[in-house]
Amino acid sequence: MSTPADQLPPAAEPSHSSGLSDSTAAGRAADDAPLESGGVLTRALLFSVFIIAACGLVYELIAAAASTYLLGDSVTQFSLVIGVYLASMGIGSYLSQYVTDKVVTRFVDIELLIAVVGGFSAAIMFFTFAYAGPGFRVVLYLLVVLVGIFVGLEIPLVMRILKERLGFKDLVAQVLSFDYIGALGVSIAFPLFLAPRLGLIRTAFLFGIMNAAIALWAVWLFRDRLKNAFTMAVKCVLVLVALTAGFIWSDELTRMSEDQLYSDQIIHAESSRAQRIVITRWRDDLRLHLNGNLQFSSMDEYRYHEALVHPVLATLSGARKVLVLGGGDGLAVREILKYPQVESVTLVDLDPAMTKLFSTAAQLRKLNADSLNSPKVKVENADAFVWLEQSREFFDFVVIDFPDPSNHSLGKLYTTAFYSLLKRRMAEGAMAVIQSTSPLYARKSFWCIVATLEESGFNPTPYHALVPSFGEWGFVAITKKDGPREYSPPAAYTVPTRFMDAALHPALFTFPKDMERVPTVVNRLNNQALVQYFEGEWRRGGS
Amino acid sequence: MDRRTFLAVSAALAAAGCGRRSTSPTTPPGTLTTTGHELGHRLRDGGLPASGETLRRKVVIVGAGMSGLSSAWRLQRAGFSDFELLEMESSAGGNARWGQNAVSAFPLGAHYIPLPTPEARAAKHLLADIGVLVGDPDAKAPKYEERALVQAPHERLYRNGQWVDTLNPTEGISKEDRDDWQRFESRVKQFQAARGKDGRRAFAIPLAHSSRDPEFTNLDRITMAAWLQAEGFASEAVHWLVNYATRDDYGCDYRNVSAWAGLHYFACRDAAFSSEPDHDNVLTWPAGNGHVVQQLLARGRFAIRPRALVHRVLPRAKDVALQVYLADEARSITIVADEVIWAAPFAFAARALAGGTSDVQDLAAALRARDYAPWITANLTLSELPYAHHGAPIAWDNVIYDSASLGYVVATHQGVATLPGPTVLTWYFPLAAITPAEGRRKLLNLKREAWAEAALMDIEKPHPEIRSITREVDVFANGHAMVVPRPGLIWGPEQARVQAWNSQRGTRLHFAHADASGLSLFEEANDRGVAAAEAVLTRLGAKVDTLRHRRG
Repeated sequence: MSTPADQLPPAAEPSHSSGLSDSTAAGRAADDAPLESGGVLTRALLFSVFIIAACGLVYELIAAAASTYLLGDSVTQFSLVIGVYLASMGIGSYLSQYVTDKVVTRFVDIELLIAVVGGFSAAIMFFTFAYAGPGFRVVLYLLVVLVGIFVGLEIPLVMRILKERLGFKDLVAQVLSFDYIGALGVSIAFPLFLAPRLGLIRTAFLFGIMNAAIALWAVWLFRDRLKNAFTMAVKCVLVLVALTAGFIWSDELTRMSEDQLYSDQIIHAESSRAQRIVITRWRDDLRLHLNGNLQFSSMDEYRYHEALVHPVLATLSGARKVLVLGGGDGLAVREILKYPQVESVTLVDLDPAMTKLFSTAAQLRKLNADSLNSPKVKVENADAFVWLEQSREFFDFVVIDFPDPSNHSLGKLYTTAFYSLLKRRMAEGAMAVIQSTSPLYARKSFWCIVATLEESGFNPTPYHALVPSFGEWGFVAITKKDGPREYSPPAAYTVPTRFMDAALHPALFTFPKDMERVPTVVNRLNNQALVQYFEGEWRRGGS
Repeated sequence: MDRRTFLAVSAALAAAGCGRRSTSPTTPPGTLTTTGHELGHRLRDGGLPASGETLRRKVVIVGAGMSGLSSAWRLQRAGFSDFELLEMESSAGGNARWGQNAVSAFPLGAHYIPLPTPEARAAKHLLADIGVLVGDPDAKAPKYEERALVQAPHERLYRNGQWVDTLNPTEGISKEDRDDWQRFESRVKQFQAARGKDGRRAFAIPLAHSSRDPEFTNLDRITMAAWLQAEGFASEAVHWLVNYATRDDYGCDYRNVSAWAGLHYFACRDAAFSSEPDHDNVLTWPAGNGHVVQQLLARGRFAIRPRALVHRVLPRAKDVALQVYLADEARSITIVADEVIWAAPFAFAARALAGGTSDVQDLAAALRARDYAPWITANLTLSELPYAHHGAPIAWDNVIYDSASLGYVVATHQGVATLPGPTVLTWYFPLAAITPAEGRRKLLNLKREAWAEAALMDIEKPHPEIRSITREVDVFANGHAMVVPRPGLIWGPEQARVQAWNSQRGTRLHFAHADASGLSLFEEANDRGVAAAEAVLTRLGAKVDTLRHRRG
């Protein structure tokens, strides 16, 4: 082609116009002009459609995954992000009709915009969540809308660049099929490789780089027909450099944002088969988070663990064999080992990563007084329900310290089926204690556990204590209904304590009006009533 | 973009799976198990060897399904153990057979038992004997072993791209449809409470306890679809639920099922529409009703002869002569028994009774007048549970609205482990859209891969990731799974003829099996099996205190 394209008149519109472009718009500049024939350019452009589609989907997946990761509630987050994104793409497609001139230049600009906004999107999201808190949702949807609009613009533009080269049928068929294939490739790669291996922040940068590379490539392909090809190329390179830097230092970015997220310094983080374990420290305060939920703060965990163990164990002068279910942090075991009559403690915790961490890390061993390495302690990593079913041992005292019943799997550990197994493993005159969520924030849940224990053949004695980092917390001490003894609180505590004291008992065993018993049904495997109570109460409490 | 991708993937899969090419290189491995149709067809086609040896037995039970095992259990419970079970298949259990792999036990057919009604007294005693019912089986509200009751969440329905935690497809339906739905619910409540002029419940289970009042038995003359139409029910929701029910319990489309049978599903238990969660509980196990079979076999240690095909039955004045083909030895023997309980599908008895007196011919015609719905079950062994996206979490029973299948049940649902691991899904597919004969032809002609693909494509709708987590698809094809309760069977002349044979004085050939009821249900099989066993015990001179429900 000898005439510079920027000066050519517009090409005749095909009669079966797709409506994606405005054929009557006057004054269109020349980079809309018909392109040289030949397959290379067509193939290059179709390949770019493939990449563009992949990039477009990846930003959507990143936004949805990041919001799920940070806000939870995956169904809501995914459907909102996808809905807003698709709507924004619609807006973008609509707006494409107003791009009437310099289609190639606009296409390069839009590619670069996507590269910047999309490439930095994950980093921006994590940082706003960490620093701006409530502003996060605004930023999230702003990013989703922007990327959506840009992605919605780009396909119509590519189609317009290609339309002189392909018949309408071929055009739509080929562009859409490359679009779909690109999207498919990414939708497979994202959960299998990108999210787990690269992480969200780095994946975003990687695809930003691809968008910028497409822009640079487009400048190269159309270099003859672009007036300002050099300036555009420089822009592309600058964007590429910024994104590559982001890609290289994404680990640091991740750490910085996660540090801010937990506000304290992260001293340990790992994902076991069972859960995500994060330990943070701020001055003297060590905190354990499992799947983002606080398990203890070293500032006040002694209140929780003393209240869990002492009111019962102090009354069991003959307790030689003790069983702890859950509690892989070894903090309850630390309290138990204060009693000289205890000869053995069996700790059953699902997660070997937890018990290993708390029996090896120096700071944590200091916190649990190295209880997990005591010769009296036997650690078993097993599912408590299954373990209890298979065990043939009898115990004098059992501590049940499971996570709150926030899902059906955990809810099983609070059913009559579970408690009747427990009863079979309790020796004559044995007692047990169960952590039972908050009688203040989850009142029905707490009393449902009490009712379930009654139904399972126990005499329950509920009590509660204030643990500042948790709030008002509930426990239930139980004896067997047909057993020889009734529970009554100890007259005094003989082992050293920082919180428990007989003078506390009136407050401990009295439930004020706002925590008084409410009628509930019994939690069974076939109704999982507790999970429903807990979910309702937790939702009302607004996390 | 996500939705576009999804559509593109679905279209590609539809193109790959729906064409003549029914297999795909990605179909996971697995096995195909069929019921012994080659053996059954030898019975149909004749040409079995004549018998050489003759054995004598006190009592023979033909068929070791739920009905035959219930007979065996009842005989043994009365202290009588001189009996032998003959089973055509290589293992006992009938429709309650099960499979087992490294991940879990799983059902091949029947997979749950609704909490028995007061009329299902024998069933309660059986469940008490195997430790499922705790305490007094005749208590007003008997207690059941918690681990046998289906764990929450029980069920969910995939409809309009969303899982909801009820099988009622009533979300977002119009006002007219909702009114229609409520009218159907109140109609069902009326039938649940209804009693005939004879004072019996209109619809009882076991159905022998139902009223014979023509007001209700006349419902057996029309189809369920015709009844809905006659009652003016037009809503899609009502029609879907009713057709789901008849496909689920009888393997048949509601246009081919008697209205009495269709309504029986809803009305025979008070709790069908109860809002009380504890009432609509069912008993289930990883192996499905195979658990009951396992328990009965382990406790009873019955003498069972597998792969034994009875091809000739000759009822005589002093005994019954059976010609039995022993497939493993490729020879026939004659067994002469004082008493025979026929606890296998009746159509097989019709062939074996060929010849004989006109009375016997008449009986054979009555036995022959029934057909059986063919079924496919596919057990998918998965490396992990499917994702819990789009609404209600995974339940025990997971039904897909726009599907010819009945959805899937999760074999590991009754487990107690906290961490989810690999699992087995059992996918149920009654071939209800075609005639039973056409269905059986498909069963004969289609390869395992075709059924595996059908299962995968069906489950793919709610779970696009299913292929990536499926390790194995084991298919079970049952050509004669369930008797078809066509209009006129249950309260018609053929059933009456069989009952008359059973109650005539001096008969030594007793017909048990759920076919005697016309509904292929656990309670029916059990009640008929126990009834036959008690008739045999009486004939043998024992004083029988019945375990069946007594009116009063």
